Amino acid sequence: MNRVFKFSFMSVVYSFLYLPMIVLIVYSFNNSTYSLGWKGVTLSWYNELFSDFSLWEVALNSLTVAGISATFATALGSMSAVAFYRYSFRGKDFLYGLIYILIMAPEIVMGISFLILFVSLNIPLGFFTLLLAHITFCLPFVVVTVYSRMTGFDRNIIEAAKDLGASEFECFRLVILPLLMPGVVAGWLLSFTLSMDDVIISFFVTGPEFEILPLKIYSLVRMGVKPEINALCTILFGFTLAVVMIAQMLLKEKK
Amino acid sequence: MNRDGLFKRVSVNAIALWLVLFVLAPSVLVLASSLLTRGDAQLVRAPLTFENYRRIVDPLYLDIFLSSFYLAALSTLICLMVGYPFAYLLARTSPRYRRNLLLMVVIPFWTSSLVRTYAMIIILKTKGLLNSLLLWAGVIHEPLTILYTDAAVFVGLVYSLLPFMVLPIYASVEKLDSRLMEAARDLGASRAATFVRVVIPLTMPGIIAGSMLVFLPALGMFYIPDLLGGAKTLLIGNLIKNQFLSARDWPFGSAASVVLTLVMAVMLLVYYKSVRATRRQEPA
Repeated sequence: MNRVFKFSFMSVVYSFLYLPMIVLIVYSFNNSTYSLGWKGVTLSWYNELFSDFSLWEVALNSLTVAGISATFATALGSMSAVAFYRYSFRGKDFLYGLIYILIMAPEIVMGISFLILFVSLNIPLGFFTLLLAHITFCLPFVVVTVYSRMTGFDRNIIEAAKDLGASEFECFRLVILPLLMPGVVAGWLLSFTLSMDDVIISFFVTGPEFEILPLKIYSLVRMGVKPEINALCTILFGFTLAVVMIAQMLLKEKK
Repeated sequence: MNRDGLFKRVSVNAIALWLVLFVLAPSVLVLASSLLTRGDAQLVRAPLTFENYRRIVDPLYLDIFLSSFYLAALSTLICLMVGYPFAYLLARTSPRYRRNLLLMVVIPFWTSSLVRTYAMIIILKTKGLLNSLLLWAGVIHEPLTILYTDAAVFVGLVYSLLPFMVLPIYASVEKLDSRLMEAARDLGASRAATFVRVVIPLTMPGIIAGSMLVFLPALGMFYIPDLLGGAKTLLIGNLIKNQFLSARDWPFGSAASVVLTLVMAVMLLVYYKSVRATRRQEPA
């Protein structure tokens, strides 16, 4: 194919993907509230953001939920990936199927089904329900990430460990887990961003007294464009960017 | 031996318990709730009824369903038409640049689509960047009203979901055995014939996976019409959200979700078939 065409086509697509984000970031530093014109660099929007204590609390809520649910999802997900890879058991295909459904199900369907579940179990909506929902939707990403890492290494290593007298658990802790570590850490990081960014599912499963960052942004954005929101979105984007870069580095390292 | 069995039992039971409790049980509850009647004191009550499903074909709601399917299908088509050649070229780029170019698709894939939707507002609003550029270039003389129209929702969906089309297609193009294409060419197939008869069928799983990852969310992402389309009920997602939060008609909202789930099931079936078909074509 024509190189010039190829280059320009790809550039156009990349610009489409990145231009809005770049504009957002640039304007978060613009010293003007409404106009598009460039009025010089300022950090005042970030200053305003950082002096808003209610926002700090919301951000802390988000970080707490993301941290706990990523950790729990990673522990459960890694264990499951190992079990799926190593053992055959009854109902394995069925569990596979449920994980597939979890990956493919539209978020809104997941959101309302969690809502119905929590309401029928009489669990009040808030921190705890948010946690349960986030662990669940992070789970398949960990399973897939860790599982694909497992398929990459030599089965004989496990056999050798077993022959040398390791129990199943020792084998998991001393042989499999260290080999899987990059995949496990990447799974944790990706779960963390997923949890930090989720809007749709959280929208249904949190109560009014427990606010999180994406829902806060959603309610702010509904009021219109403001430079403080530009700054807030820039921070969130920078955060995701860093986490994804680290996760990618970890996943690539072995190949 | 006993200790060995313990690790297996704990890990298998833990995941099974979690999936049954938080995936299977909620799905069953949604299905059950879609067959019940709306209650005043409680949210749902007896008797069992198909009324909620019948209401979906009421002209009022059918319109929303059809416009939502239309918008999602159109977004999927555009994402496919842009995403396929893009993923194909990406997979054929020299390995030196490919890694970073791929990372540049992965980043928007993981970035909050709410943040990205907000960025789109800045571009599309009346005094936004797009209008300013067009006015400056003399293409238009009055600013266009793009924000708060269906067109803005469409742009927002494509913008948010394009990476979800590119990544699965990229994965299947990358796996493509170039010897198969050479063989087709050697046997006298034209470039176009090779592409249509060899490349497309072999990358079909990627095409279908990508289409699912675009089409299904596009039906449900209620905040995109809320923010870009001026809060009209445009997508099934908005309809469902309204039933659960404003109208408080949970059974009807559940019925709409069941319909969405059925659409997903059909697409999964097609995907599964195409994966099997591709496996059969691959050399052993």
